[in-house]
Amino acid sequence: MSESALTIRGLHYSYGAHHVVDGIDLDAAPGSILGVLGPNGAGKSTTISLAVGTRAPDAGRVEIFGHDPHREHETTSQLAGVMLQDGGLPMSAKPLQVLRHLASLYSDPVPVDELAEPLGLHEFSTRTIRRLSGGQKQRVALAAALIGRPRLVFLDEPCAGLDPQAREVVHDFIRDLAAGGVTVVLTTHDLAEAEELADEVVVIDRGRIIAQGAPEELRNASPAGRRLEIRVAEGLATAPQTDQDRARLLSAMDAVAPTSATGSSLIVDGELDSHQIARLCTLVAEAGLTITDIDMHSQSLADVFFELTGRPLR
Amino acid sequence: MTEKPAMTGTPATTQSPAVTNSPALRTKRISAQVRFETVSVLRNGEQLLLSLILPLGMLVFLAKTPLLDALGAIPHGGDPLIVALPGALSLCLASTAFTGQAIATAFDRRYGVLRQLATTPLGTSGLILGKLGAVIAVIIIQFALAFAIAAVLGFTGPVDVLALVCATLLGTAALLSLGLLMAGTVRAEATLAGANLIWVLMAGAGGLVIAHPGEWGTLVGYLPSGALGEAMRAALDGAGFDVKAMIVLLLWGLLGTLAARRWFRFE
Repeated sequence: MSESALTIRGLHYSYGAHHVVDGIDLDAAPGSILGVLGPNGAGKSTTISLAVGTRAPDAGRVEIFGHDPHREHETTSQLAGVMLQDGGLPMSAKPLQVLRHLASLYSDPVPVDELAEPLGLHEFSTRTIRRLSGGQKQRVALAAALIGRPRLVFLDEPCAGLDPQAREVVHDFIRDLAAGGVTVVLTTHDLAEAEELADEVVVIDRGRIIAQGAPEELRNASPAGRRLEIRVAEGLATAPQTDQDRARLLSAMDAVAPTSATGSSLIVDGELDSHQIARLCTLVAEAGLTITDIDMHSQSLADVFFELTGRPLR
Repeated sequence: MTEKPAMTGTPATTQSPAVTNSPALRTKRISAQVRFETVSVLRNGEQLLLSLILPLGMLVFLAKTPLLDALGAIPHGGDPLIVALPGALSLCLASTAFTGQAIATAFDRRYGVLRQLATTPLGTSGLILGKLGAVIAVIIIQFALAFAIAAVLGFTGPVDVLALVCATLLGTAALLSLGLLMAGTVRAEATLAGANLIWVLMAGAGGLVIAHPGEWGTLVGYLPSGALGEAMRAALDGAGFDVKAMIVLLLWGLLGTLAARRWFRFE
């Protein structure tokens, strides 16, 4: 039996000539939260479908606690729960009816009330799924993923459409699951959520993993791990300096550390000591610009994500 | 959710599950799915209209009006129930196995219900067996009501039970496989429109309710609707087994099943 809750090796899947999943390797340790990030169409949802065995890979191997989800579905489906992005709930049924039915498909289900209570499902239990808000449907779908008492759970955008309170409840739930030894594979577009919850993050783009590690590691591994932002009173393009003055300022700052200018900010990437920061501020002041704010911060996971995948819409 | 509800402590999911697989458990899961799907049909107003109210209403209408006589579908002065009852049974079957299942499955597919159930221990084969079981359960209810109403209206037989059962099973296989093929390959809205239109065509011109004379009658006899109508009428008018109609249904069932296996998409 494998030590890993989820093991993926050399996974490939294509739609015709389009390689949606192109050689993914992945491990999730028991009790960990693995964040899966990537732009739309990156191959995240297909990877989850392959991982839970609803699709057969073209090549490669998936193991859930050492079992092949495609060949040993009856076993792996009792070890892994899935919350799909589109909910997967029958529209004409009521939330607790759906959960009771799903519970009847497992040999050792969680009592429905143990999930309905903390997720607040009783508030709308008399309405059919069709009549629930997006956030309410998300909460039912989360309960559906957990009803079989899984040891590994795939959550595809669990907080999409949730208000801040419900979001906090779901985040607490996810933390408690991991604390209790359940492995969580969390697919999300919300980079702050991944940063807050995940022990490890993988960034998938064009079917490949392009970055992997703890959020802190990814931020530190970025060429611009820390960033100094000096904001000035006027936009740089309209400041009362000539183009030559501006070029001279940027050149002088560049000599201290790599600098770029955008809008009314001068941005300096990299680790800076206090002398360098003082020198940079002096250069700006000597150039006749009025400093309104100085901000030194670490790059967020979002900065790293954009750096890796680019900003243009796909 | 306006207030953060109290957590009940560590979720119970953290305890290691007992992974147990056995034929008895598989049967239990499929039975649960049959129950859930059957109840879903019987609770759904549109499905009830399609599966019970329209076919049984048609049975009463055809039995109590001179329409069949006027159309020449029965000998002059003959008992309209000899045609109305098999017509109603065929329509019940087409409503449940084809139109109802096509629409329900197409929308389940669209909302990801099929994918979600496929990730549970029920699996895809259990899901399909559950649908088949639910269709059979609803057909049994429909047939019981149709025979009860026909009895009240004065129907006394004859009924060739074996021929009726064979026609029902083969008709269910043919129409259900075609309904699932449609649901698994076409968008939900298109399935809704298409399955309803086909239901009207089967009932009106497809030989499902009454036999059509001439070349048209011969042609529709090779369609699932015409073959089912012929097999049902033979089972209830004393002719017994309509072998040609049964073979046509069997072939449509095989064709539909192979095509559905090849082209049905869960997402």
